[in-house]
Amino acid sequence: MRTKEVGRPLDRVDGRLKVTGQARYTAEFPVEQVAYGVLVRSTIARGRILAYGTKAAEQTPGVLAVLTHENAPKRHPTKEFDPSDKEPSASPTTILVLNTDEVSWHGQPLVVVIAETLDQAEEAASLVRITYAPAEELAKLSMLDQKTEAFVPKKVLNEKPEVTQGNAEEALAAAPVKIDHTYTTPPYNHNPIEAHNTLAYWEGDDQLTVYDSTQYIFGVRKMLSEMFALKEENVRVVSAFVGGAFGSKGRAWPHVGLTAMAAKVVGRPVKIDLPRKDMFYMVGGRTPSEQRVALGADAEGKLQAVVHTGLTASSTSNTFAEHFSFVTRHLYASPNFLIQQKLVRLDMVPNTFMRAPGEGIGTFALESAMDELAYALNMDPIELRLRNEPEKDPTMHVPFSSRHLKECFALGAEKFGWHQRNPQPRGRREGPWLIGQGTASAFYPANKRSAEVKVKLSIDGTALLQSATHEMGTGTATVQAQNAADQLGLSVEKVRFEYGDSLLPKANGSYGSTTTITVGGAVELACEDLKRQLLRLAVKHPSSVLHEANYDDLEARDNGLFYKDNPTRGETYAVILAREGKENLEAQASFPPFLKEKLEEMAYSFQSFGAQFCEVRVHEETGEVLVSRWVGVYDCGTILNDKTARSQFLGSVTMGIGMALWEETHWDLRDGRIPNASLSEYHVPVAAGLPRIEVYSLGIPDPHTPLGAHGAGEIAVTGAAAAIANAVYHATGKRIRDLPITPDKLL
Amino acid sequence: MRAFTYTQATDASAALHAALQNPEAKYIGGGTNLVDLMREEVERPNEVIDINALPFSQIEVLPDGGVRLGALARNSHTANHPLVRQRYPVLAQAMLSAASPQLRNLATNAGNLLQRTRCYYFYDTTAPCNKRQPGSGCAAIHGVNRIHAILGTSEQCIATHPSDMAVALAALEAVVQVQGANGTRRIAMEEFHRLPGDHPEQDTTLGRDELITSIDLPALPSTANSLYFKVRERPSFAFALVSVAAVLELEGEQIKNVRLALGGVAHKPWRARTAEEALLGKPATAENFRQAAEAELQTAIAYEHNAFKIELAKRTIVRALLTLAERQLLA
Amino acid sequence: MSFSIDQILRGDIPRVERPPAADPSLVPVRLRVNGQDHDLQLEPRVSLLDALREFIGLTGTKKGCNQGACGACTVLVEGERVNSCLTFAIMHQGKDITTIEGLGTPDALHPLQAAFIEHDGYQCGYCTPGQICSAVAMLKEVEHGDASHVTSDLMATDVQLTDEEIRERMSGNVCRCGAYLGIVDSIRAVYEQQKGQ
Repeated sequence: MRTKEVGRPLDRVDGRLKVTGQARYTAEFPVEQVAYGVLVRSTIARGRILAYGTKAAEQTPGVLAVLTHENAPKRHPTKEFDPSDKEPSASPTTILVLNTDEVSWHGQPLVVVIAETLDQAEEAASLVRITYAPAEELAKLSMLDQKTEAFVPKKVLNEKPEVTQGNAEEALAAAPVKIDHTYTTPPYNHNPIEAHNTLAYWEGDDQLTVYDSTQYIFGVRKMLSEMFALKEENVRVVSAFVGGAFGSKGRAWPHVGLTAMAAKVVGRPVKIDLPRKDMFYMVGGRTPSEQRVALGADAEGKLQAVVHTGLTASSTSNTFAEHFSFVTRHLYASPNFLIQQKLVRLDMVPNTFMRAPGEGIGTFALESAMDELAYALNMDPIELRLRNEPEKDPTMHVPFSSRHLKECFALGAEKFGWHQRNPQPRGRREGPWLIGQGTASAFYPANKRSAEVKVKLSIDGTALLQSATHEMGTGTATVQAQNAADQLGLSVEKVRFEYGDSLLPKANGSYGSTTTITVGGAVELACEDLKRQLLRLAVKHPSSVLHEANYDDLEARDNGLFYKDNPTRGETYAVILAREGKENLEAQASFPPFLKEKLEEMAYSFQSFGAQFCEVRVHEETGEVLVSRWVGVYDCGTILNDKTARSQFLGSVTMGIGMALWEETHWDLRDGRIPNASLSEYHVPVAAGLPRIEVYSLGIPDPHTPLGAHGAGEIAVTGAAAAIANAVYHATGKRIRDLPITPDKLL
Repeated sequence: MRAFTYTQATDASAALHAALQNPEAKYIGGGTNLVDLMREEVERPNEVIDINALPFSQIEVLPDGGVRLGALARNSHTANHPLVRQRYPVLAQAMLSAASPQLRNLATNAGNLLQRTRCYYFYDTTAPCNKRQPGSGCAAIHGVNRIHAILGTSEQCIATHPSDMAVALAALEAVVQVQGANGTRRIAMEEFHRLPGDHPEQDTTLGRDELITSIDLPALPSTANSLYFKVRERPSFAFALVSVAAVLELEGEQIKNVRLALGGVAHKPWRARTAEEALLGKPATAENFRQAAEAELQTAIAYEHNAFKIELAKRTIVRALLTLAERQLLA
Repeated sequence: MSFSIDQILRGDIPRVERPPAADPSLVPVRLRVNGQDHDLQLEPRVSLLDALREFIGLTGTKKGCNQGACGACTVLVEGERVNSCLTFAIMHQGKDITTIEGLGTPDALHPLQAAFIEHDGYQCGYCTPGQICSAVAMLKEVEHGDASHVTSDLMATDVQLTDEEIRERMSGNVCRCGAYLGIVDSIRAVYEQQKGQ
């Protein structure tokens, strides 16, 4: 394929609407007669409702309905999201709130108040007085306190919870150089700036339209169709502009079903836009973790034993064990592995995927440990990593589809000036500031999901691309238009991409950095089908210059099909279509093509890699940490758009810095309250205190993926916290194994 | 938010009269704190009296050489006023380190002094809180109290005052000018905010029948130097973990005059009198600064998550004083 | 009231004002937004943000936290940037209010809007209107010589607009996508352009 558009740093196709305030996000559709819903949260973590005390709320002017489990229409149970389902529901939990008087977490929505205006609904909600019968058994709120009840779950995503190769503990004991430490990470919340919100209305009893801020349209449709016993095609889910997602919008949290239910009860459109506080209580975040990493090496730094075990939490109503151990299964060679994940169940809002789930926290532990081992060996940490490059995937025992970690470190070290670094801790200072440098590997899988794409070519030389995928700022809308333009030999302005609506061909959820390959692969297949159809039309006609052409002789360019070896010979699509009297032609394709995919998946290990470098300044007296430099190099295959991919890398590093230094969701372990449930007390990164982050991409195509691409939305979160912790050690001589690295830990 | 009636006061006596008529009324200036508290149901006025038309927005030189900051002047305008930037750098720095530019554009000077604590539990009406609901208990004492006070706490309340501006004003020995139904009075900054004691619901000594009209700054000796040093968990747009406002005047290497106030550690801007007394007349050395800081923090009490603030406060005092001393010795 | 995906992605959704309700607790409020007067019937408790979004139908101004902690709701009142979520609409009668819709349109972009596109100063776009309104006012503040927390010399009236200065001055606007570098570069580009003129 000729690439004219792919790779170009094209401006976002939705940019003009976004910068002028004309892009309509979920809560912004001017639907007539819309009413406003507000939810009332539980203030206990476990128990039953004794009484709702809704009288004052019902009497508040403007109130249309006050719904509790006593008067709400019962909904049907829905299946919890299961990654092994072909088309999983987006439901994060098995609990149907308002179907039950049972309270399962602090913050569970218990009452829906619907009113004419938002202020009326909020006021009425504030007047609800619920009385509870707390459970006799104390609520389980602390992961560490519940350690004795930890169990090995059946699966961790679709993988085994344990991997044992050789005897890692024995090899560890025998290793001449070893480290063995525990690393902990706190709960985090995604906090997209557009809160989760839903606008729903019914037409008749069986037609439901839902505008929802989601990164998984068909999962929302499936959940709602189950919940309200509707045919799937009778539910329309629209999610065109999404104001950030980062994983939290991969699930349809309780407010989604409640909005649809409320709209049915009041017979009007209803919208629920979660207040920021509810974003902490009704939307799951990232689990806390406690991880042990023990590494044993020979004197040359070759790993002999790798142990990575630990604990995460899920709720009593979901089963997501965050896969912190996956990175260790693929990153370094070792004859002996002991990998095990355990889970405890807490009375908390179901946890979920947050940008770079698993690897985000797993790399903090593993890559901090690698740095500790490098110091124990008195070896450069890059050298240590290079000495443990595996020939094949060390636990899957198949080749990597593409792996260029060495090149990432080489380029990164050069850009950063790594080799000028004196490895001695506390070696550099400027006034009260201690300066240190650290590095870490980045790692994230290059997975695929499924998508269908329809492409329609018109005689006027334009193409319409359709797929119900999502654009949360990832750049999908732009890069897939570029992709289709190249596949069809059109300029990108001639391609229009429609996404974000369940009326379009089905696509899986946009998470796990899978959309670029998945939708990209489907675009490729649909365009190929279309080109083959066009050729079949042309070869019928002896007068056509393509009369005797084979598909493989041709390439798409200049709005038509032309011979590869004779650039002037060919026909434009307009000529081909006009000859047939057709206005347009369409094709539709699914990715992955089932059999081929299955074989490839088994034959290779598909992973992305990277090298993170940073410099920190630590105030010796106050313990404040600033990141003063950053260089990241990533191995994500072909880059479809330099501009949008770069922003994905920059944004990921920024989130990684937040995770390392500032962010933490506090849990009050007495009752499950989240004291800092606000953006003023949960500190997401702001512009101040960030360096001019430098990011590079190797751009080496993966020979086994569509376009040679990998997803690029999460890799740069991974390794970031470890690089910072390693730099803090270099600066201060103090190893922080507990995130976030706040001033108190360095005093 | 509870529904309310909205009235506009055109002069101070009308405003005072309206508030006296209705005990459930609240004045609104910038509203940055009040609106938030109303939305959280912490404040539930049934009447909001807009006082923005009152003539208290001026910033001007006083006959005694000090500067008057109008109660209704915005934080951003105050911080950037040439009189403040040139004469009271500690105040400009404190104000510019607070909140965000957008908030500073709305927030008024009087409102800054009257802002309520950022204690998590005060802000959450489903938690017990003696400040919000006297007698209901304190959820913070045994709760998540990382951001809470270490000095002057009581068994009733360990909240801190969140203002940066007020910390600088304490070090500058500002005077709050107040107009009441029966005339005007002056309240020294040190007397304006209270320690919680048995009445944490009372943040200040301002009466219900009183309005702040201005904050008056006495002149600083031209040889004094001042600065604001703030330690926070995020490099901008975050409340202080610990902050120090310091004014220092040396004579040779001897400390002729020193004023210190701490933020983030107490229910009020904490005037560090003990440290000041320990330093007067002594040489400006790191050891003396450290000893003074130790003396000041002697009475500090740590709770489960905030013990680090004691050491942090000491170090912050030393850093602020060292910076000022070096500056003066260099000059 | 059904909108097609084609309409939505083209930005072809009309602005619709909420029809006034027959409610005796409402009071007339006249707001001048982007040079146009809007006569509304509001409860006094309606925030300026909700008045814009829910009553006037100008949804370009965003609700992120509704408590002044994210800056997504930033608008200009008499040219100064403020959080529209923390102030009541009724307090802003007779003032000039400018929102993102008043700065430029898709066919006639404000220089900062164009720069945000060129430098990719956004991803999801949700905080973007607030960022741009904030940046417009910020550049005026710089012209006026206002200091920031990172200004080393408070006596100087000529601001050296370093990256550090831009970052500090824009820290009232949170971008969770982390597009800060693009935001800084967009603002710098427009600043240099204005200085050159």
